[in-house]
Amino acid sequence: MYTQALNSSDGEDRHVEDAARAAQFQARIDAEERIEPNDWMPPAYRKTLTRQISQHAHSEIVGMLPEGNWITRAPSLRRKAALLAKVQDECGHGLYLYAAAETLGSSREELVDAMLAGKAKYSSIFNYPTLTWADIGTIGWLVDGAAIMNQIPLCRCSYGPYARAMIRVCKEESFHQRQGFEIMLTLCRGTDEQKAMAQDALNRWWWPVLMMFGPPDQASQHSDTSTKWKIKRFSNDELRQKFVDATVPQAQFLGLTIPDPAMKQNEAGNWEYSAIDWEEFKQVLAGNGPCNRDRMAARRKAHEDGAWVREAAMAYAAKRRQRAALQAAE
Amino acid sequence: MATPNIPLWEVFIRSRNGLAHKHVGSLHATDATLALQAARDIYTRRGEGLSIWVVPSNAITASDPSEKGMMFEPAESKIYRHPTFYDVPEEVGHM
Repeated sequence: MYTQALNSSDGEDRHVEDAARAAQFQARIDAEERIEPNDWMPPAYRKTLTRQISQHAHSEIVGMLPEGNWITRAPSLRRKAALLAKVQDECGHGLYLYAAAETLGSSREELVDAMLAGKAKYSSIFNYPTLTWADIGTIGWLVDGAAIMNQIPLCRCSYGPYARAMIRVCKEESFHQRQGFEIMLTLCRGTDEQKAMAQDALNRWWWPVLMMFGPPDQASQHSDTSTKWKIKRFSNDELRQKFVDATVPQAQFLGLTIPDPAMKQNEAGNWEYSAIDWEEFKQVLAGNGPCNRDRMAARRKAHEDGAWVREAAMAYAAKRRQRAALQAAE
Repeated sequence: MATPNIPLWEVFIRSRNGLAHKHVGSLHATDATLALQAARDIYTRRGEGLSIWVVPSNAITASDPSEKGMMFEPAESKIYRHPTFYDVPEEVGHM
């Protein structure tokens, strides 16, 4: 009870009022109405969404790092232009998402500072290194493929600004996945070494990509309320299964082997995969993945190196405002 | 060091001649010139627009959603403002 110090009858009235509002709110959600920024919402709804949208935004921004690593080493101008455009899109996605998160009342600066201070998380997948060009193909094909699987239901999320941002993001991601698959196809139709490079990348990324959908349903801490509030439309395991079922035929087309020898198709047509190493996932989230420290250091450096630009732009705007005010007074 | 708060702008884009500018989202920029350039980079990477407006977010006055009943109820009870309220015999044809 945090309201003990306040006038108790006041607190009770507010409690009754909030319960009525919460019931109204849930009725709107159940009727598939969208919630907009200035509408009343339960504090926990606001908190959950702020956490989810800002983590999503941080993931887009940190996600630029593993791919940015290969822009200067792309094998052709065509590949380089596409990769540059893709990385620029990820930046744009981060910005749409920060803007959506801000409508809930936290400033972008606060959200970014929380990430830089290590208090906010981003997707575990970006803590893995991109060792070869085939990793860029695999990221586009699988990481973006998994992201799309996650994001398409979010286009119908109950919170309007998040749903609208997701519609834009999903439209743009589809190019990302296709450019990744094209890279894989080219490698798989190339020399033996190129094909081996594609297989090696798939071997390293497969399990981390399955972890992107989050903990198994029985262990997921946020799922129940998120489902009730229609932030989440499908469970982690449902989305993971959909992704595996969609990906297996694509791997077969490429002539690559999914690194899960025990994987088999059941009677319903679903591909049953082996147990996921959740200890690895936990370790990566806790900061002990292969690249966590690198990623955070790169983000902090970029933020610090850009500080003078932000300050100069603010000072310039202030000077212009002052000059305009003086001219108006003359 | 805390990051300074950079002003927020709302972005409106005209996608084709003949259409109105439509709200597409928001962004942060220190002044109008930078806001326009950022809007171009963030919201028109695939030829989404022919014209952009940026408006400081704090210059927008919005109606209060909790008063939307009172605000819009007067229109709801006036069905005679719609053409379907009026009967025109079929022989008269399209009107």
